[in-house]
Amino acid sequence: MNAPVTNEVSQNLATYNFAYLDEQTKRMIRRAILKGIAVPGYQVPFASREMPMPYGWGTGGVQVTAAIIGSEDVLKVIDQGADDTTNAVSIRAFFAKTAGVATTTATPDATIIQTRHRIPETPLTAGQVLVYQVPIPEPLRFLEPRETETRKMHALEEYGLMHVKLYEDIARNGHIATTYAYPVKVEGRYVMDPSPTPKFDNPKMHQSEALQLFGAGREKRIYAIPPHTEVVSLDFEDHPFEIQHFDQPCAMCGAEQVYLDEVVLDDKGGRMFVCSDTHHCESRQAEGHRGALLGDDASTGKEATR
Amino acid sequence: MSHSDTLEALAAAGIPAPVKPLLSVEGLTRVYGKRIGCADVSFDLWPGEVLAIVGESGSGKTTLLNCISSRLTPTCGTVHYRMRDGASADFYKMAEAERRYLMRTDWGFVHQNPIDGLRMTVSAGANVGERLMAVGNRHYGNIRNTAIEWLSRVEIDEDRVDDQPRTFSGGMRQRLQIARNLVTEPRLVFMDEPTGGLDVSVQARLLDLLRGLVSDLGLAVIVVTHDLAVARLLSDRMIVMKEGRVIEAGLTDRVLDDPRAPYTQLLVSSILQV
Repeated sequence: MNAPVTNEVSQNLATYNFAYLDEQTKRMIRRAILKGIAVPGYQVPFASREMPMPYGWGTGGVQVTAAIIGSEDVLKVIDQGADDTTNAVSIRAFFAKTAGVATTTATPDATIIQTRHRIPETPLTAGQVLVYQVPIPEPLRFLEPRETETRKMHALEEYGLMHVKLYEDIARNGHIATTYAYPVKVEGRYVMDPSPTPKFDNPKMHQSEALQLFGAGREKRIYAIPPHTEVVSLDFEDHPFEIQHFDQPCAMCGAEQVYLDEVVLDDKGGRMFVCSDTHHCESRQAEGHRGALLGDDASTGKEATR
Repeated sequence: MSHSDTLEALAAAGIPAPVKPLLSVEGLTRVYGKRIGCADVSFDLWPGEVLAIVGESGSGKTTLLNCISSRLTPTCGTVHYRMRDGASADFYKMAEAERRYLMRTDWGFVHQNPIDGLRMTVSAGANVGERLMAVGNRHYGNIRNTAIEWLSRVEIDEDRVDDQPRTFSGGMRQRLQIARNLVTEPRLVFMDEPTGGLDVSVQARLLDLLRGLVSDLGLAVIVVTHDLAVARLLSDRMIVMKEGRVIEAGLTDRVLDDPRAPYTQLLVSSILQV
C-alpha cells in the first residue's frame, strides 16, 4: 500500500497546496488543536472548510490530519478497525496524492493514524497521533438540543443530565446499554464524547501515550486528549462501567481480549466473529496463530478477511 | 407593601413573624422597549409563606415571576435571597454557576404546562432523579428508591416509575413536575398557574396535594394565578397587579373579602357564582 512521492503526481496536482488545505486554513486548525490540547476535552469551535467529500465521511478528521501532517509522516487510516474499506482506502489515497506522504497499514509504523470508530488493538506509543472522525461532538446533544445551553452546562460543569441518560438505560434494560459513544470525563473536568468508538476502546484512551485529536467537520468542533491524561468512563456506584466481553476468540487468528465483528457467512445462519482490527488479525496470522475457522476451511476464511 | 405593613398584617393574623424574610424584592422593574412588563414591585416573603400574585392576562404577573426566578433579567431593582447559612445575597450579583445551583437545589419552578418543566422522553423516575444526579448522587438504587417514594407522595403508582411522562394524563404530569421540583427539598417554589388547563376535579385534588406538601415541608411559595379561588385556597397573602403595577396587597382573606382598590373590587365581583 505504500505510495512514495513521485514528481509526476505532484506536478499533476500543482494547483493544490501540500495536503490539500491552504496554509492559512491549516494555521487556523492548528490553533484550534493547540487550544484543544491545552484544555483537554473542551470542544474548540473552528472554521471547518468544505472538503472534497461529503459530511459524515470524515471531513473533520481529514482537516485535522491535513493540518498536522508533514512530508516525513507515515499515515494509516482505519474504518471500524479495517484498513481496506472504501473510506479508509480513499482517505489514504487522498493524502498519498495531495501530500505525497508514505502510507501504511501497520499500526506501529504509523506516525498519524486517522480512525473512524476504533482504536487499534496494538497499544499506541509516544509520538503517534490518533485522529478521530467525529459525527456529533456534543455528548449532551440528545438530552439538550440547545447549543447555547450545552455550552453553558460544560462551562458550569453541570453534568447531572449525562447521568440521566445512563439512569434511563438501566431503567429500561437493567444495565447500562450504551455500547458506543460512551461518555467519558477528561482530566476530572469536561465530559466528552469519544466519537462512536465501542466502549471496549474507552480504557485505551486513559493515560494513552499517544496524542488523541478529534475533528468534527459538519459540527465545526475540534477537541483533544493530550498524552497521559486521565479519561474516566461515567457510571453509577452500583452499576460500574464494563467493557464488552466475547464468548469466543477470533475465528481467523484466535485472538482473545480484542474487539470482534460478527460476520454472516451464508444464508443458513452461519456466522463467525473476527477481529475488527484487520492489521492486528493479519499480523497474528503471519505469526502463525490460527483461529477455528481458518483451520477448518481456508477458502471461506480468506473471503471473510474482506 | 412596606416591611412594617407586612409585619403588622402578620401580627394581626396571629402569625409570629420570623425576624428575617427569605426573599426581599425591591423596586423590581422590567420594561420591553417602551412597554412596561412590571414596574417598581417590592415585597418580602417569609419562610413557609405562600404568596399569590393575581391579576388579569397581561398584567405582568408572569414577567414578575420570571424576573424573581432569574428566567428573565430585570431592567432594575434587586432580589435578595437568604441562603441556608442565614446570609442574605443579592441574587443578580451572584455568579451564574451559584445562581443555577441555587435554582436546582433550593428553588423549584412549576410551569403551567408540564411539558416545559419535564423531560418528556425520559422515564418518570429519571425526571424525579435528575436533580439528585445534578447534585452528585451516583447510586442508581438510591436514586430510584427516592424517586419511587416521591411518586407515591404525589399519588402516582409505583409501577409507573419507568414510564415516560408522555403516557401520563395532564394531572399526573403536573404532579410529576411537582415531585421533580421537591425532591431536593427546596425552600422556595415558584408556580405559574399550576392548575391551569386541568378540569375542576383534577384541580381540586392537585390543590389539596399542594396544600398538604406546602404545610408538611414548610415551603415558601410564590404562585401566579388568575384564578382567585386557587389564590384563596393556597395563599396566605396576595398581591394584585394591573398594567405591570401592584395596586393592592394584603392578607388573602382581607383582599378577597374586603377589596379596596376599584380594580380589585371588579376582579372579585367577576367571579362566576355557581
